[in-house]
Amino acid sequence: MTALGLRSRRGGSRLFVYATLVAFVLGSLFPFYWSFLVASRDTGMLSDHLPPVLPGGNFWSNASRVFDSVPFWKALGNSVIVSGTVTVTTVLFSALAGFAFAKMRFRGSNGLFAFIVVTLAVPTQLGVIPLFIMMSELGWAGHVQAVIVPNLVTAFGVFWMRQYIVDAVPYELIEAARVDGCSVFGTFVHVCLPAIRPAAAVLAMFTFMMSWNDFLWPLIVLDAGNPTVQVALEKLQSGHYVDYSLVLAGTTLATIPVLIVFLLLGRHIVAGIMQGAVKG
Amino acid sequence: MTTVADQLPRQDSPREPAKPSLRHRLSRWDVTFSPYLYIAPFFVVFGLTGLFPLLYTGYVSLFDWEVGDDDPKFIGLANFTALLGDPQFWNAVVNTVSIFLLSSVPQVIIAVLLAALLSLRLRFPAGWRVGILLPYSASLVALGIIFANLFGPRYGLVNAMLEAVGLDRVEWQANRFASHLAIATMVNWRWTGYNALIVLAAMQALPRDVYEAAVVDGAGAVRRFFSITLPMLRPTLIFVVVTSTIGGLQIFTEPKLFDAMPGSNNGGSQHQFQTLTLYLYQSAFEGFDLGYASAIAWLLFLLIVLIALANFLITRRIATTTGPKR
Repeated sequence: MTALGLRSRRGGSRLFVYATLVAFVLGSLFPFYWSFLVASRDTGMLSDHLPPVLPGGNFWSNASRVFDSVPFWKALGNSVIVSGTVTVTTVLFSALAGFAFAKMRFRGSNGLFAFIVVTLAVPTQLGVIPLFIMMSELGWAGHVQAVIVPNLVTAFGVFWMRQYIVDAVPYELIEAARVDGCSVFGTFVHVCLPAIRPAAAVLAMFTFMMSWNDFLWPLIVLDAGNPTVQVALEKLQSGHYVDYSLVLAGTTLATIPVLIVFLLLGRHIVAGIMQGAVKG
Repeated sequence: MTTVADQLPRQDSPREPAKPSLRHRLSRWDVTFSPYLYIAPFFVVFGLTGLFPLLYTGYVSLFDWEVGDDDPKFIGLANFTALLGDPQFWNAVVNTVSIFLLSSVPQVIIAVLLAALLSLRLRFPAGWRVGILLPYSASLVALGIIFANLFGPRYGLVNAMLEAVGLDRVEWQANRFASHLAIATMVNWRWTGYNALIVLAAMQALPRDVYEAAVVDGAGAVRRFFSITLPMLRPTLIFVVVTSTIGGLQIFTEPKLFDAMPGSNNGGSQHQFQTLTLYLYQSAFEGFDLGYASAIAWLLFLLIVLIALANFLITRRIATTTGPKR
């Protein structure tokens, strides 16, 4: 529906609408482009009076210097392990909990679910200091499990899955499966899982992106020798003298895979965000 | 035949409830205990790594607790009283609130207008939506580094452009207000499109008949937007404002990476853009004073709750007074 009613008008306002949107999209792209531009030239370019408009040819040499300066392969591996594990467990545990809350009757279910919703509003970062003490005591500081374990399942995931399962899985199917002798877990696997694939996919994408881009906690608990990508990027930049071609080659290397995934799955991500929005 | 058929159930049925088969009992336990098993992972993980640390933060805040200290000294509320007299703390409070206001106010306004544009009948609707959401995919660290470069004092593109159009260059890092503006720009760049999509989703769910009635009554497009769309978006606006408050007040990555002295946790040479979370981080992992840092965490939490509450009330009021009488 037309909130502004511009649909009824002609030419001028159409042009204005498209021009504004084009400006927004270009503005969205520009920092990525700038990052690649600097990364593909040598640092001297930044002192030129007028910056160049087109990328140069030094990207690969700058990129290889990134691998010499920080353990970037290790960082990539760690990020893949952390984000991969966290995504799989979050989707699985959230689906199980969502199934229980949406389709099973048990004592205290309302109260427990309300508690989960309340925890959504509590910024968990505020507990980082005791969490750091705990991880040190366990001897996990510096290891990836310190990043993985606190993120195994999220309140948002449980909430999201419950909302979806309520509508997506009819009681009749569950009862039919039970009558046929399915266990509760069997019902979950055979009836619930096939029905929630779209919601699970969206949750997986969100979780992966959030986990891949997480910074504060990995920075606290990991060290420079065993970083995630984000921590490695920060270490690249924190020398006394900043070589921007090097640093922005690092940001480009870290961003391009995510950007590609985003462009491939963009429609679904958009649909997921719009679906998850609070509606009037 | 008939007698047998009649007798069989009579023999079986009194036995069934008295001594259910093992299979039947297993199935009952399955139904009774499975749900608790399925929700357990969340409660175990949250309890150990979310709730416990949060409460323990309160405990630590009552001690003089150095990193690696075997015998922390209980000092009561001394950390809190010290904080309230600490100019660097108040400086961080002002910076946090200033950056938060500079980011969330324009962000919500632009998001609503952008959503209004996106709700028009456009060619390639999905393409535009993906386009404005692009920044959401960027990592905050990459973003922080890129923007620090763009706003660089000597070779930054922003200053080059200012000079090209005949304006003075701005000391984006050294000047307090300018640094807040630059950091807010980063935040806005990343989140405006995301919020626009949330508002758009709500707009599309608004009932059409109200608009048709308004058109019949002769209400113009602008009038319809302010008198119908905005008030009916109230719950969504509250949601957007409250979530951006919680995120905005915890801002850490952007100011940490914006520093001209990379790797420092000062938030500028004069702490001119040091936020509360950055001060917390500096106190804990540079000053190694965990008790003090924990006290900062609790006061930050308090501030978040207060501002979220104030936001909630203000948003409610704005949306109600401009809207139709309820």
